[in-house]
Amino acid sequence: MSQTYRLNNVGYINRDKKISFKFNGKKYFGYKGDTLASALLANGVHLVGRSFKYHRPRGFVGAGVDEPNAKVQLYFKGADTEPNANATEVELVEGLIARSQNCWPSVSFDFGAINNLLNKFFPAGFYYKTFMWPKSFWYKIYEPIIRKAAGLGIAPLKPDPDKYEHKYEYCDVLVAGSGPSGLSSALAAAKNGARVILAEDKVRFGGSLLTDEVTIGNKKGKEWADEIISQLKSMPNVIVKNRSQVFGYYDHNMMVMCERTKDHIENPSEFTPRQKLWHIRAKEVIISTGSIERPLTFGNNDRPGIILASAAREYMKVYGVLVGKKPIIFTNNDSAYDTAIDFKKNGIDPIIVDTRNDSQSSVANEAKSLNISIKFFCAVVNTKGYLRLNSATIGKFNSDKSDYEKLENISCDCICVSGNWTPTVHLSSQSGNKLKFNETIDAFIPNQSKQNENTIGSAKGSFTLKESLEDGFKKGFELSNKITGKNEKSITPTSNEKNYGQHDKFWCMPLPKKKHYKRFVDFQNDVAVSDIELAVREGFKSIEHVKRYTTLGMATDQGKTSNLSGLQLVSDIEKKIIPEVGHTTFRPPYTPITIGAIVGREVGKHYRPTRKSPIHEWHEKNNAVFVDAGLWLRPRYYKKGNENLLEASTREARNVRKNVGVCDVTSLGKIDIKGADSAEFLNRVYTNAWMKLPIGKGRYGVMLREDGIVFDDGTTTRISENHFHMTTTTAQAANVLSHLEYYLQVVWPELDVNVVSATEQWAGAALAGPNSRKLLGKLFKNIDVSNEGIQFMGYKESDLFGVPARIFRISFSGELAYEINVESDYGIFMWKKIIELGKEMNIEPYGTEALSTLRIEMGHVAGSEIDGRVISSDLSLEGMLSKKKDFIGKRSLFREAFVNPNREKIVGVIPIDKKTMIPEGSHLVNDGNATLPNPKLGHVSASCWSVEYNNPFSLAILKDGKNKIGEKLYAVSPLKNKNIPVEIISSHYVDPKGERVRS
Amino acid sequence: MLEIKCPYCGKRSQNEFSYGGDAKIKRPELGKEISDKEWDNFVYYRDNPKGKHSELWHHISGCRQWFKVSRDTASHEIFKTAKLDEDL
Repeated sequence: MSQTYRLNNVGYINRDKKISFKFNGKKYFGYKGDTLASALLANGVHLVGRSFKYHRPRGFVGAGVDEPNAKVQLYFKGADTEPNANATEVELVEGLIARSQNCWPSVSFDFGAINNLLNKFFPAGFYYKTFMWPKSFWYKIYEPIIRKAAGLGIAPLKPDPDKYEHKYEYCDVLVAGSGPSGLSSALAAAKNGARVILAEDKVRFGGSLLTDEVTIGNKKGKEWADEIISQLKSMPNVIVKNRSQVFGYYDHNMMVMCERTKDHIENPSEFTPRQKLWHIRAKEVIISTGSIERPLTFGNNDRPGIILASAAREYMKVYGVLVGKKPIIFTNNDSAYDTAIDFKKNGIDPIIVDTRNDSQSSVANEAKSLNISIKFFCAVVNTKGYLRLNSATIGKFNSDKSDYEKLENISCDCICVSGNWTPTVHLSSQSGNKLKFNETIDAFIPNQSKQNENTIGSAKGSFTLKESLEDGFKKGFELSNKITGKNEKSITPTSNEKNYGQHDKFWCMPLPKKKHYKRFVDFQNDVAVSDIELAVREGFKSIEHVKRYTTLGMATDQGKTSNLSGLQLVSDIEKKIIPEVGHTTFRPPYTPITIGAIVGREVGKHYRPTRKSPIHEWHEKNNAVFVDAGLWLRPRYYKKGNENLLEASTREARNVRKNVGVCDVTSLGKIDIKGADSAEFLNRVYTNAWMKLPIGKGRYGVMLREDGIVFDDGTTTRISENHFHMTTTTAQAANVLSHLEYYLQVVWPELDVNVVSATEQWAGAALAGPNSRKLLGKLFKNIDVSNEGIQFMGYKESDLFGVPARIFRISFSGELAYEINVESDYGIFMWKKIIELGKEMNIEPYGTEALSTLRIEMGHVAGSEIDGRVISSDLSLEGMLSKKKDFIGKRSLFREAFVNPNREKIVGVIPIDKKTMIPEGSHLVNDGNATLPNPKLGHVSASCWSVEYNNPFSLAILKDGKNKIGEKLYAVSPLKNKNIPVEIISSHYVDPKGERVRS
Repeated sequence: MLEIKCPYCGKRSQNEFSYGGDAKIKRPELGKEISDKEWDNFVYYRDNPKGKHSELWHHISGCRQWFKVSRDTASHEIFKTAKLDEDL
């Protein structure tokens, strides 16, 4: 099919570049520079989709972001699909494939349209009213059906193959919108030395200058716009961006903008990001976002072919496309006369239907002089044509416009509608500006600015070119002068435009007697006048309630064309003025934004950093299976042959108990503490005493929060009089540092102490097992490694074959053990030496799973017990609480709940059958078969297969656990469907006296 | 996203900072005998004003200094920031 609605010489498309595309399976042609919408209209296609609720056939209403109907499903080459794309914004590229949504089997024959015949049964609030009963039907019947019917397009199932980028930018003045006011303010600000960003949502700059017959200086509007743009682009202090939607105005002038960078390119490289999300911190923001035309409400006003007059004009003048060849222009104001004049100039005879008595503006007189037929004091009452409009009923009003005196049918193929203009105040409102209602234009405009926000041009209700230019140049200069202090003023050019008269305050056409035509307000969500009337009748008075009850303005277009009509209706019914009704809240984003753009590059592994120890590569080469420990990747176990997790970790743990094992403990938090008051500070931070810790000795410590709950534990070693090395758990390392900084800076600034994280500066290896001393002796030949040479909790500095090293005699496994630290870069050297020299002692590396096994059967607590809910005595650490001194959180321990003798206590748990592993998280209960809710006595915090006793063993936090040793309880895990008879024993299962570590 | 002026580093976006609560709360002196009620007030009770609020922030992804901020909790306007030993 050829483009029979395409004009020959009009528009800014490139007729030399023909583009083929497919819509609903059929091949069409358009030109470079077309949108999917303009190309379809050039081919005479108006029917693009079905409405949400009634599945009524729908066509294009707008030509940009305001479009409520033309949402299409896009299919990309080699990739997946995108739902709900706006056909009026999708740029035509070769091979584009699009389909209509919300219809089955096809857009011209849609099964769901039966809803339209049943529309009496689908009033406002239908879902709330109908699916209440019977209650049991909700999950199995109602919800699945509603879910299937809901939504517009089909969500893609594959991961998004595209790349998205984030960009951060700062500027003096951000100008949103490149119409006459935006261009002039950007130019004035830039010429006065300000750093300017000019953002235009559309492909072409110029806004209304693309369609209006005006002159600026001695140039046509479009030519002037082109010249300003090229001038701005040549300035080093200006960033000019098209295809860029400023969609959000956030706190402290943080503006967020989405730039479309790929979909319009014919052959993008694989590195081209699809979209860029800009975070722009602007000192001043100029909002020149223009205005959107408002539709009129009349019977069956939703048929394909009924379109906004401004959109019809844009299709004609930008794309060279006629939206019809037998047009009716239906208006309550003068601006639609321009559309009629443009039709006439392109050889088409329009009929104007005007609700007013007459108009004497220059534009109306021009239409009259062109002999355009004008029917004053008339309205379009109803329309006909199922898949495409074919006729309209025109009515002559009676004297009070409540009914019609005379009706006539006129055949037509499009109706271009205009109900005057609504300023696009979304960004202004988002900035905190409380809008005010302007009765001259019958719309909301910005009031007092809350942030550095400046709305100009038609976005604030100034509809003449002269005002827009004057305002733009003035604001651009003022704001830049405030920032740069410069005084370079640009001269506002003279301009020429038509003059436009007052609109008719009349939007909703009455129904003729006994007629019940649907008159739609919100096209996408199928909200009709009758729905709003019903909502008000049922008592929904607040506009926010009317919105939610009827779903007015809640579709993907967020009511850009429908909000004000809805408000007008409510105020008419309620006999209130609009300011009393108020308006619903404008929230970002102004237009839908892809999740991809919001996420940017933080996908998959890039979601957060991965921390690896310097020994990581060795672990990889030796078949380590890794586990996430916070940001760290740690070896969980080293797989040999077909071993599973339990087999491997048991082997590794046994080897520690029998020979010697080595574990990478680099990820442990390390904090370097220096200063004259360091010991005093530790004394306040930890629950036990630190003043008398000798140099060269370490001590285990527990930290509390001020509320008495255990915060973290670890060992801290005194390296010299005023120098300590603190270790924290891997998980709490960052929080402990912040905690220390808080107390040093805020609470006790008088203390002479400095803290700094040293986690990444040191690589750590733990040697554990009866052979560890022997191995240590081979690693450090110059020092005495005997029990006296390095005592339990002792510390020594030495060199490991020339590499400075720190040796700590600390143990987490309950075995004789040491921890060696070297500077990170020597980590791999240290590790290889340990493995090499340990070979003859049967050394094996062990991972976090064996580490857990060893600590659990020793009864050492870790993160699974220190879970933010326990106090020291719950963990049997009350011996660590100093009675002589005060410390953080001590006062809380005297609160009633914390001195209760029957509090929770850490205990050991073994299954009676000595075979069944108890799932972590199981509840301990008296009666395993009791009906729910079964009172919980405690929970299993950690489980392992004890290598010492060769049976399962768990730790648990049990109410009154101290007095329950020896009792038989049940461990139940509904999740794992387990019910295990267990015995409560001491938490110290292996070496309860701690002899091995001291040996 | 707020823009906060760290007294040491200058203006930075909010994502470099972490919030640290009411700046007027004073920890009771160590070793001082105080009632349960006083202690509870320190640990648990906080004012939740709509409007001007002096608070602590930590430049956690920057210089790691704690400092004071006077902020309107409703409008997010920041009136002043100050080092801990300076007046707000």
